[in-house]
Amino acid sequence: MDTSRQTFLTAAGATAAENVAHGQDHEHEHQAVPSDPALRVKALESLLVEKGLVDPAALDLLVDRFENKVGPRNGARVVARAWVDPAYKQRLLADAPAAIAELGYTSGQGEHMLVVENGPKVHNLVVCTLCSCYPWAVLGLPPVWYKSTAYRSRAVIDPRGVLREFGTQLDEDVEVHVWDSTAELRYIVLPQRPAGTEHLSEEQLAELVTRDAMVGVAKVPAPGGKA
Amino acid sequence: MNGVHDMGGLQDMGPVQYEKEEPVFHAPWEGRIYGINSSLFLLRKWNLDAWRHQIELLPPADYFRLTYYERWLLVNEQLALKHGLVTEKELETGEPDPGSAKATPALTAAVAANRLGRGIPSSRDPKVPPQFQVGQSVRARNLSPTGHTRLPRYARGKLGIITIDHGVYLFPDTNAHFQGEKRQHVYSVRFTARELWGANAASRDFVHLDMWDDYLERA
Repeated sequence: MDTSRQTFLTAAGATAAENVAHGQDHEHEHQAVPSDPALRVKALESLLVEKGLVDPAALDLLVDRFENKVGPRNGARVVARAWVDPAYKQRLLADAPAAIAELGYTSGQGEHMLVVENGPKVHNLVVCTLCSCYPWAVLGLPPVWYKSTAYRSRAVIDPRGVLREFGTQLDEDVEVHVWDSTAELRYIVLPQRPAGTEHLSEEQLAELVTRDAMVGVAKVPAPGGKA
Repeated sequence: MNGVHDMGGLQDMGPVQYEKEEPVFHAPWEGRIYGINSSLFLLRKWNLDAWRHQIELLPPADYFRLTYYERWLLVNEQLALKHGLVTEKELETGEPDPGSAKATPALTAAVAANRLGRGIPSSRDPKVPPQFQVGQSVRARNLSPTGHTRLPRYARGKLGIITIDHGVYLFPDTNAHFQGEKRQHVYSVRFTARELWGANAASRDFVHLDMWDDYLERA
C-alpha cells in the first residue's frame, strides 16, 4: 500500500516541479491532470477500440440509456404506485428490489435497495459521504450536487442546514434520519403524498414526484406548487 | 486510509451548488468515459472496491480539483495500465503497440442491452453466521487501516444500535486489495447525532451507516 501510494503521489497528478523535487527527470503525460478531458477520452476510446477492449456501440447504448431511458421518472412511478396501492407499498418497504422489479426496473446499482418512508414527524435524507453511491436503477445517474464535497461532507453533520439550502424547512419536532450509503445498499426515500392530491391518478401523481424528493432534500410539491 | 474522500462531518466546503435542469452528462466525453468505465469493469480485471480505492489514491489536491468524470478518466487509465490492459507507450501514443494481440470486448452492444448490474453476489448465505443481532448495542471499532475501508472516520469509536441485518457481503477492506472476499454480515447501524457530533447536535437527528461485522464490537 505504501509503495503504491508513493507511486501515485509521484505519478498521478504531480507537476513537473514536484517531479524535480522527487528527483525524477520526466513525467508521464497521460498521468497528469487532464488539460483537455474531451481529447484525452477520445484518444483513450480510440485506443481501447483498436485493442478490441471496448465496443463503441455499447457505449452509444449506455449513453442513450441514461440520457433517455433510466432516470428519476422510474422512481417517480414507484412512489406513485406506493401512494395509491397500500399492498404495493408494504411490498416495497419489505423487499424493495422485488417490488421495483414488478414495474420492470432492474438495472445496475439497484441490486440491493431499501426504501425509507417519510411521515409527518420523520424525514429521511440519503448521502454517500465516501464516494457517490446512488440508486441508478430508479433515479438514473446522480446530479453533480449529490457528488459534491459540500453535500457529502455536511449532510451527516448539518442535515437541517443542508435541507434549508434546498428550501426545505423542517419543524424542530421532526426526526431527521440520514442514510450514509457506506455499503452496497442503495436508498430511496418514499416521500409524503402532498395534501390535495386525492383526485389525481397514479400517472398524474408520478408527474409530481421529483428526484430531489426521492433523495430526501425536498418534499413533493402539491399541484399548486406549495410543498 | 484516512484520506480526503472520507469527508463526512467537514464543515468548510461551502453551500451546496444546485444546477437546475441539469443534464445527465455535461459534455459528450462524460458519457463516453462512463461507457469505457463499464466496458473495462466487465473484463473483471479489478473489482468495485479496487476501483473505489484507486479514486481514493488520487493526490488530495487533484481529488478536489478534478470533476467527477475527470477522476473516472484518470482512474480508468491507471487501472488499465496497472492490470496490463494497455502499456504506457500505448497511452502516450494512442496507438496499439506493434504486434499486440487484439482482444474481444466484454461489453458488446448486445450484452449492454441486457444487463447493467455489476453482479453483486447474493446477500443470502446461511453458511456465514451473523456476529450481531438486531437491537444490539454496538461500538464502531476505532481503526485506521492504511488501505481501502468503508468505515468513515466520523463513526469510529461511536456507540450505535443495529436496526437491520442486510445479509452477507464481500468485505471491501480485503476485496479492494485482492486479498479475499471475507464475506460477512452487513448491518444498518443507527447513531444519534449527539453521539457523533456532541451535545450541540439536534436531539432528534440520527445517522444510519451500513457496517460490516469487522467494523463492530460489542458495547
